Amino acid sequence: MTPDQAPEFQPGIQPRPSLWRRLDMLSRRGLPAVLTALAVLLLSAPFGVPGQAELLPGILLSSVFFWSVFRPASMSSPIVFLLGILVDLLGFGPPGVMLLVVLLVHGVALSGRYGFSRAHILVLWLVFGGVSLGATALQWGLISALSLHLVPAIAFAFQWVLGVGLFPLLCVVFSTLGRSIANPDRA
Amino acid sequence: MIPLSITLRQALERLVLPILIVAALGIILLGQADRALTERVRMGLADILAPAYGLVAWPQEQARTLLGRMRDMGRIEAENQRLRAENANLRHWYDVAAALADENASLKANLHWMPDPSPSFVTGRVVRDTSGLYARSVLVAANVDAGIHKDEIVLDGSGMVGRVTEIGSRSVRVLLITDASSRIPVRLEVSHGAAIMAGDNSGTPRLIYYPQDNPPIEGERVVTNGEIDTMPPGLPVGQIHYVRPGQPVVIPFASLGHLDIVRVFDYGRSAVIPPDAPGRIPVRRPADSLSLPFPSPLRRG
Repeated sequence: MTPDQAPEFQPGIQPRPSLWRRLDMLSRRGLPAVLTALAVLLLSAPFGVPGQAELLPGILLSSVFFWSVFRPASMSSPIVFLLGILVDLLGFGPPGVMLLVVLLVHGVALSGRYGFSRAHILVLWLVFGGVSLGATALQWGLISALSLHLVPAIAFAFQWVLGVGLFPLLCVVFSTLGRSIANPDRA
Repeated sequence: MIPLSITLRQALERLVLPILIVAALGIILLGQADRALTERVRMGLADILAPAYGLVAWPQEQARTLLGRMRDMGRIEAENQRLRAENANLRHWYDVAAALADENASLKANLHWMPDPSPSFVTGRVVRDTSGLYARSVLVAANVDAGIHKDEIVLDGSGMVGRVTEIGSRSVRVLLITDASSRIPVRLEVSHGAAIMAGDNSGTPRLIYYPQDNPPIEGERVVTNGEIDTMPPGLPVGQIHYVRPGQPVVIPFASLGHLDIVRVFDYGRSAVIPPDAPGRIPVRRPADSLSLPFPSPLRRG
């Protein structure tokens, strides 16, 4: 992954980027968030895919974790906040739960990103497994507490397993994207 | 952009995430305190997205129809044979039904039978399954102005689907009978018992509070019990099935897994105000108590 550096911090005198180049950079930088929002919207559309409801949190958490580790400029805290709000508005659970969970995952990924981004992919997978286990447990606990009865944990376990299983696949997709069309340095 | 020193800017950037987390906690509290606000915002978003979801659902339905038609073409010969046999059978039953309808009409005429008012209904397409991990509900795009009210009954072609719980301006949310918070009073057609059908988020709601001395019979039909105001008696709901001895469940007639077009019925039952019981004396204000036509028993004692 190439480091995401703004041109003014790079050595040497550079011409001021033209409007098109700046727009190009902006769209490349915003692509991860836009793709995640699109995935959220598509997964809440009526496709009748089995496990669609459980797929959404897994993809959301993977995306937020990956981009927060490798390119926080593309997945900043306000963007994570907006994504969380979107998920909460599209679902029909207690509002704010998914929002809090993604913000915490984002915070964990940010705080450990210097270690995580250098780690081997398998280690990163293990770390994501732990983080998403905590996130899913927190989600289950909060939903149970807010709806005042124990909701069945088996659906949440399925959601966690699905998310962990998808993570390496999404990693490949995201790092390909990050090197090609979502790379602001190639604008 | 206000020029800030680098240290101040870094400190501000470090504050963003904690502030957002506190805001998330605030949203959780707000959602608990003011549920109506949450529902309003969600229905607003659902109203905006309903046409888009309709666009997504349309090609799927076309593809399904096309596939079904191709499959039908493959077995048209066998189907023809079966239909001919069934048609002969149905013709017999048509005669029986026509005779029974005639007889029924003449008997009703003799009894001065007052027919039930026929209900009005609004038809809509299910645009989104909003079932999450712990709720079973669907969003129906329908013309709300045509008169959809809360608590109305939703049926598909074969049986009861659920009840309307929230109303937007272009769509309504329907709580399915399989939701964990759904409780429907039902009647069993063969054993004539009354029971409550309680959803548990699985595909087959449980049957509770059925008479212990008159247990439900495997395979008998379950229909609604007209004991709550908004629900008429006799709507088809499902069929009894024992998953294990002593644990009857209801297999719904409606195909709740893939709902397509449903009808929202207005039985106008909530508009019925029960009359005062005959002979009931209206409560008088204390000032009127002096003008009672008979001495008060309280004052005598």
